Amino acid sequence: MTQENDIILQVEGLKAYYQMNYFGVNREVRAVDDITMTMRKNEVYGIAGESSSGKTSFIKVLAAAIRPPLRVVEGTVKYNFKNGPIDVTTASPEQIETVRWKHLSYIMQGSMSVLNPVRRIGRTFQDFAQRPLGLTGKAFEDRVVKHLARLNLPADVLKAYPHELSGGMRQRVTIGLATVCHPEFIIADEPTTALDVVVQKEVLSLIRDIQKEMGASVVFVTHDMSVHANVADRVGIIYAGRLVEEGPTRQMFFTPKHPYTAHLVASLPRIGDTQQRPALEGRPPNLADPPQGCRFHPRCPLAVDKCRKEVPPMIEVAPGQRSACWRWEDVKPLVNIAAPAGAMA
Amino acid sequence: MTTLLDVQNVSKRFTMGGIFGRKTIDAVMDASFSLSSENPEIFTIIGESGSGKTTLARMILGLEDPTEGDILFRGEQVDRHAGRAERLKFMSHVQPVFQNPFEAFNPLKQIERYLESTARRFLDTSDKAAIDKAMDDSLQKVGLSLKEVRGRFPHEMSGGQLQRCAIARALIPNPPLLIADEPVSMVDASLRMSIVNLLKSLRDDLKVSVIYITHDLATAYYISNRIIIMQRGRIVEMGDARTVLENPEHAYSRLLKASVLSTDDAGAGKLGTDPTMLDQANNSVGRAGELVARPDGRHVRVYA
Ligand SMILES: Nc1ncnc2c1ncn2[C@@H]1O[C@H](COP(=O)(O)OP(=O)(O)O)[C@@H](O)[C@H]1O
Ligand SMILES: Nc1ncnc2c1ncn2[C@@H]1O[C@H](COP(=O)(O)OP(=O)(O)O)[C@@H](O)[C@H]1O
Ligand SMILES: [Mg+2]
Ligand SMILES: [Mg+2]
Repeated sequence: MTQENDIILQVEGLKAYYQMNYFGVNREVRAVDDITMTMRKNEVYGIAGESSSGKTSFIKVLAAAIRPPLRVVEGTVKYNFKNGPIDVTTASPEQIETVRWKHLSYIMQGSMSVLNPVRRIGRTFQDFAQRPLGLTGKAFEDRVVKHLARLNLPADVLKAYPHELSGGMRQRVTIGLATVCHPEFIIADEPTTALDVVVQKEVLSLIRDIQKEMGASVVFVTHDMSVHANVADRVGIIYAGRLVEEGPTRQMFFTPKHPYTAHLVASLPRIGDTQQRPALEGRPPNLADPPQGCRFHPRCPLAVDKCRKEVPPMIEVAPGQRSACWRWEDVKPLVNIAAPAGAMA
Repeated sequence: MTTLLDVQNVSKRFTMGGIFGRKTIDAVMDASFSLSSENPEIFTIIGESGSGKTTLARMILGLEDPTEGDILFRGEQVDRHAGRAERLKFMSHVQPVFQNPFEAFNPLKQIERYLESTARRFLDTSDKAAIDKAMDDSLQKVGLSLKEVRGRFPHEMSGGQLQRCAIARALIPNPPLLIADEPVSMVDASLRMSIVNLLKSLRDDLKVSVIYITHDLATAYYISNRIIIMQRGRIVEMGDARTVLENPEHAYSRLLKASVLSTDDAGAGKLGTDPTMLDQANNSVGRAGELVARPDGRHVRVYA
């Protein structure tokens, strides 16, 4: 079904480690450890996983924002943009400049990190977008104002400083920055995590609408499975630096084939819960010294001897669904989430 | 019954120049509630961003003066301008918990340094053994120990452990009241549960009262005794947490509940919000109305 020219991103065997030297001792944190995945044009791919599993590190590489101590140790990250193919792990800074914002854009975790606190929003737009858009003066401003209006932001925000805006407005501004050049590929790291539920829903539907209008591909990172349920076409689950399962959103929620996915889906607290949902024993591994075999085995209810020794490969377990689990055939959804016990109107 | 905390008709107005020509912001308007000393509870404040939750918390912590109204802690006025000794005594009773465990700690600083400086300040001693004991005691309360933490940097601990350390730090002076401002907003579901379970056990086992600020309705339902829902500086609904969350009455409370994303239709891409619900909720913005009691014990703001 998938055609060669339909593919926008191809990640192969990607390993990216933090290599540090603390007081003479070398340390290596294997934050991204052998990830292979592909993305099609026009799709929203959700990346989930608990805190410190390597989500941000992975997408920093995708976004070509690789800075020491993070280093790409192995693998390739190839984009197939309209202006030609590029492998961001080997491209020169000049080559990366030719795709930044116009083809590849990045909404970073925490809106304040991209908005300069002492610069008016309008200046930040100039810094980011003037060159890639190739517009100046009135033409540039018209383009920006029109785009802001699309995000329900008044032209006045261009005169504001970041701290004068509410959290929701700031987040819409950062989405505006990331989308004003109509990029082909947008990477968003926890773009709604700091927002309240009402504003979150509004911002999510904006992202989704803009994505559809522009026909862009989006990598959407969040630890919040309920966001993935409503935004992503496909979901990939990262555990301890590795992709452990991926597939169409509905399948991932209703027929997970990795015990960790099943756990993530079942552990989501819901209004009406008066008891704790089943929790996993133990804690995620230290990425400076990850366990042998399957990295999930110390916490896995299905683990057998083989899991402790051999790394399970990612294999296709259902149409479009891949899992890295020796026992995927025995994985059952932990709760019937279609009919929750405490459901209320 | 004695009162631990009494918030009486408190308002906070900030004055500043704004882009829309707005010169003042009423961050909190006429908020009143009280906590009793005998019945430690988890008292939850929920509401949109900018609704005044943090401002209210900062006033209770004595970091911000109310423009109007009084805040009494054990019958005494919370005073930002009190002398150093008095201020230290107050702070040993009311402690904040940092928001984001990954940002609260400097990556280049060993975790125990934070606990150590807090212990030194409140114990007013430089006796190493006494400080170590205070650190270990409070780490034990959150399921850790000084032995596990000693010498470790933030990146060597999990997010859950870091958040536990942040709570342990707040517990050093044995405060009867903790104020946790969005302690779980940035963390995943399993971590979220382990933190709220910890808050629950502080209440049940150590009799600590907790003001829990969040926008996560599920954990609010799970651990709270009482809840207040705030919209643009005003309390719009207040009462027993389960009564209110099961069947919210104020239009904003209903919008809040309806906006919680569900996984029942995973993959269907449902993100719409009922526009009449939005209109009804927005309709109450800027109107004073009046908080009235209902037969089930809750208070709801109604408009003439
Ligand atoms: N600048 C850094 N230096 C060293 N280690 C880091 C750095 N940033 C992240 N890490 C480590 O890399 C691992 C993955 O982190 P991250 O990619 O931020 O995870 P996530 O986004 O899933 O929470 C963690 O163990 C984290 O401590
Ligand atoms: N120091 C300040 N100066 C001016 N305005 C402030 C200040 N602190 C908060 N505000 C404003 O007060 C309102 C309430 O903010 P806050 O208490 O932080 O809300 P919440 O914690 O519910 O998100 C917001 O409109 C905010 O912009
Ligand atoms: Mg991250
Ligand atoms: Mg706040």
